Amino acid sequence: MPNIKIDGINIEAPKNWTVLDAAKFLGLEIPSLCYDPGLTAGGNCRLCIVEIRESGRSKIVSSCTYPVQEGLEVFTASKRVVNARKIIIELLVAQCPTSKTLQDLAAKMGVKKVRFMPKWDKCIYCGLCVRMCEEQMTGKAIGFTNRGYNLKITTPFDVTSEDCRRCGGCIYICPVCMARCEGTQPSEVLCGRCENSLQPTCLDIFDNYTCWMGLKGDCGTCITEKDGNNNDLREVKKNN
Amino acid sequence: MVSEEVSKLVDSLIQKYDGHLISVLENIQLFCNYLPSDYLREVSKQLELPLRDVYGAATFYKTFYLNPRGKHICTVCLGTACHVRGGNFIIEEFERQLHIKRGKTTEDNNFTLETVNCMGACAVGPIVIVDGTYYSYFKTLEARKIIRTILKESEKVDITKDKRIFPVKVNCPKCYHSLMDNEYLIDGHPSVKVTISFLDKHGWYRLSCLYGVYNVESEYERPHGVVANYFCPHCHAEMLGTFLCPLCTTQMVSLVLTGGGSVHVCPMRGCKGHLLDV
Repeated sequence: MPNIKIDGINIEAPKNWTVLDAAKFLGLEIPSLCYDPGLTAGGNCRLCIVEIRESGRSKIVSSCTYPVQEGLEVFTASKRVVNARKIIIELLVAQCPTSKTLQDLAAKMGVKKVRFMPKWDKCIYCGLCVRMCEEQMTGKAIGFTNRGYNLKITTPFDVTSEDCRRCGGCIYICPVCMARCEGTQPSEVLCGRCENSLQPTCLDIFDNYTCWMGLKGDCGTCITEKDGNNNDLREVKKNN
Repeated sequence: MVSEEVSKLVDSLIQKYDGHLISVLENIQLFCNYLPSDYLREVSKQLELPLRDVYGAATFYKTFYLNPRGKHICTVCLGTACHVRGGNFIIEEFERQLHIKRGKTTEDNNFTLETVNCMGACAVGPIVIVDGTYYSYFKTLEARKIIRTILKESEKVDITKDKRIFPVKVNCPKCYHSLMDNEYLIDGHPSVKVTISFLDKHGWYRLSCLYGVYNVESEYERPHGVVANYFCPHCHAEMLGTFLCPLCTTQMVSLVLTGGGSVHVCPMRGCKGHLLDV
């Protein structure tokens, strides 16, 4: 079993694991869009990139497709990785601003501005639906057609396919179709309202006896939290 | 419903090309001029590939067309140099004249309007290609003229097509010697003389030079269904072309026409497959 080092933690990973598997096993968080445990890795969204250092050089690879090797040194949250991920999520949000999954990820990563022209597309071409249809539903009804700028995911000849059983698996797994962000307006590409400003549900501070959760502020929803992190985020938002 | 003809053709192509998808699609396009949907469905059925993969490959490559193409293809260069010199005005003029958008075909299947990003001839731009002829320093006014002359010429061809029969003069594709035999007449016209060999026989073979007439005379009688090798009587080179017969998928014999173009004849006795490539 190859011995690898992720963020300074040594782990003996089974041979058929990828770097993402090993990181998940250790509980390290790597954002990923087009990865699903039940499907083969696509390596399309590039959000799961990590930095790999070997013999003084460093390179950025997608962790969901990179198999573990002996002596691998992986960094999941180095400065280079974080910056690259920010640009990738910026590009993805510009491509499809109406996805809640993307907006939440962008807010989580601290993206404050989208510098690219929004495309208002309805697809990020992660290929999850194609793999879902083929591998889990054994349908093979949808696939990629055309190429480059005209790339599209559709059924052959754009008509209802005979292979489609209308199971809805493609819609279920899509990060864009299922969770819609209704917040963004055409003038404003970035939303992130859900992630950035958790509205307090309790208006007052209660002590341990009167707090109905019995935690006194630990759940993060009472008004004490408002003066902390969330307010800062709001100020930052206003400044931008 | 898939007709028997389609499935037979697809089956023969798949056997010939060992199940290679791209080669099969290329040859289907050779017969049909585009890729009809029933052919694609048949290919996916016989190759046991999902239809979305066949469709994906057919849409991925730019040389595959899913819609019928016109007889005449106008290609306008929209590369940087040609664009600066007014390539977009030229394509707009073509669109106006032909009443179609770029990438589309006219309703009578006469013209297809295409764009290209660079021909590598930026120095003489803007460039337009109509039926393989390059027009340099193109002016928008020329578009109308060219379309008119093509329409006139195609009318001419139609008249001869109505008669269906016209004499051709052919040469050997290797040595360009004329294959016409003025002393031996078939149907009152000079005959086309070649040498053929089949089984253990080797001798002369004379074809009618009238396009669309299948009268032949031969030194040795050849039974139906036997494929012969055609040789030039001057340079003795075999005159094998690249096209496949649309009827029986035998590799066709190609003869060069005097004045440009070529004629493709099926070398199987009894098969009337022939193509005119001008």
